[in-house]
Amino acid sequence: MAESSAVEPTRRDFLFVATSGLGVVAAGAVAWPLIDQMNPDATVAALASIEVEVDAIEVGQAITVKWRGKPVFIRRRTEAEIEAARAVPLDDLPDRRAENQMLPADAPATDENRAAPGNEEWLVLVGVCTHLGCVPKGQSIGDARGEYGGWFCPCHGSHYDTAGRIRKGPAPRNLAVPPFEFVGDTTVRIG
Amino acid sequence: MSGPSTYVPGSGFARWLDERLPVVRLMHDSFGEFPTPRNLNYWWTFGGILTFFLVAQLVTGVVLAMHYTADADLAFGSIEHIMRNVNYGWLIRYAHAVGASMFFLAVYIHIFRGLYYGSYKAPREVLWILGVIIYILMMVTAFMGYVLPWGQMSFWAATVITNLFSAFPLVGESITEWLWGGFSVDDATLKRFYALHYLLPFMIFGVVILHIWALHVPGSNNPAGIAVRDKQDTLPFTPYYAVKDGFALVAFLIPFAWFVFYNPNILGHTDNYILANPLSTPAHIVPEWYLLPFYAILRAIPSKLGGVLAMFASLGILVLLPWLDTSRVRSAAFRPLYRQFFWIFVADCVVLGYLGSQPPEGGFLIAARICTAYYFVHFLVILPLLGLIETPRPLPESITKAVLAKSADRGGGQPAAAPAGGGG
Repeated sequence: MAESSAVEPTRRDFLFVATSGLGVVAAGAVAWPLIDQMNPDATVAALASIEVEVDAIEVGQAITVKWRGKPVFIRRRTEAEIEAARAVPLDDLPDRRAENQMLPADAPATDENRAAPGNEEWLVLVGVCTHLGCVPKGQSIGDARGEYGGWFCPCHGSHYDTAGRIRKGPAPRNLAVPPFEFVGDTTVRIG
Repeated sequence: MSGPSTYVPGSGFARWLDERLPVVRLMHDSFGEFPTPRNLNYWWTFGGILTFFLVAQLVTGVVLAMHYTADADLAFGSIEHIMRNVNYGWLIRYAHAVGASMFFLAVYIHIFRGLYYGSYKAPREVLWILGVIIYILMMVTAFMGYVLPWGQMSFWAATVITNLFSAFPLVGESITEWLWGGFSVDDATLKRFYALHYLLPFMIFGVVILHIWALHVPGSNNPAGIAVRDKQDTLPFTPYYAVKDGFALVAFLIPFAWFVFYNPNILGHTDNYILANPLSTPAHIVPEWYLLPFYAILRAIPSKLGGVLAMFASLGILVLLPWLDTSRVRSAAFRPLYRQFFWIFVADCVVLGYLGSQPPEGGFLIAARICTAYYFVHFLVILPLLGLIETPRPLPESITKAVLAKSADRGGGQPAAAPAGGGG
């Protein structure tokens, strides 16, 4: 008897499996709205792009603007800074990917792939350290800029070069390049 | 809860209630007549102190919630409103903030007492693991509470800690955006932290009930680390330990009161009296003192994911402790080698705390790496080996013999006739 019932499922077994299966699906369906409500809401997602006037920025200066609640660095680099960034061999970089949202993920982290296309004195970067999210120093005159002349994160000691690439410290990635373009000569649209 | 109940209803109403809801019986058996080893020292009073602080934090917290506003534009101002305008608001807020620090001070003493006397060993493994869960819940709760004033330290603590989750490959970015409810720490983050900061203490309260339940099944460990044999070895919790715990609590409240009334801000950071600014990170950000050792471990590893994993592992390893320590002897009083390594471990944790407060450069970084390595070596190498190579000192025959031997050593002669344990 026991043998035959082990081989042959009864109607009751079927009901148990079907009920618990449906129960799991239903629990998941109820749980999802409770989980998804924590994701960015419609008003946050709507703040997609901003336009910034950059005509007042002199060579060697930088400004910080707020985009999606985060700081974005816009830096007009000097000739020396551009040359320093271009002179770096790719093999010296901890992160060899451009981290540029407008380029494919495997694009190399050359200075050309990091700077504004066709307008290489401009650098537009999300000013959030890729380690734990602090804002690196280096935007103001007199800030510590680290050993590579770009930015220095005071929280845990990450050094970025003049193309915003990580060179030393715990940060795993280069400062991200957000989607942006020059609309007209002196206006940058970010996002 | 262990052993048969000794409760005898004293009145007709008590008998009537006892037959319907034996709650008085439960309290009587758990905290009245409860047989407790007669040799407990003052290190055993911190459970009571911690219970007091949990209730104190709940009371002051609920009161603060009546005046606080969880909104990125209003939170900072509402704290100043509490400090300046609300009647006794300054007192309640300082009691809550200092109370959090004293809560952690007490829990660290409680944990190290458990480590010294082997309170995590069989049959108290579940009791110990519940304690680790309470400790982790406390850290999460304290972190979220620290974010609520929405000062610079609040904001950047929230940013750094939530970014820990971005270290995980593939899903990291989505998890952090889910935690934030946006693309950075902002109003949505503050509101959910407030809701959870209100919820978690009640969850702690629930786990504390399980912790006490798990304590009352085998009963308390004791300084001799040996099991209770008979009634001679115990005293009823009330009045003996109720009074001892009460005295220790009053003594512990003296430094608490000193901080609240004379130096309420010394444990915090002045930067938190600056409104949160998402565009500027303070030059030197550090967590509250009670999280510093873990912060030092996080920064000691030269890889983002590695640092995060090491930090979580430093907590997770505590869960495995009952099985990593291979010695059958509980109390360090009878373990000459373990006693030394225990104090080295305490020093290691204190040094890690100091290093967590210093910039992660040069000598500090090297020291943090050595101390982090030692933290794990203590659990993974030293504890398993000590149990094999150490020759413990002979254990006393019973708790009563241990107590009497101690009195004889002191030249106290015959101790006053000990009240029969359990019989009151």
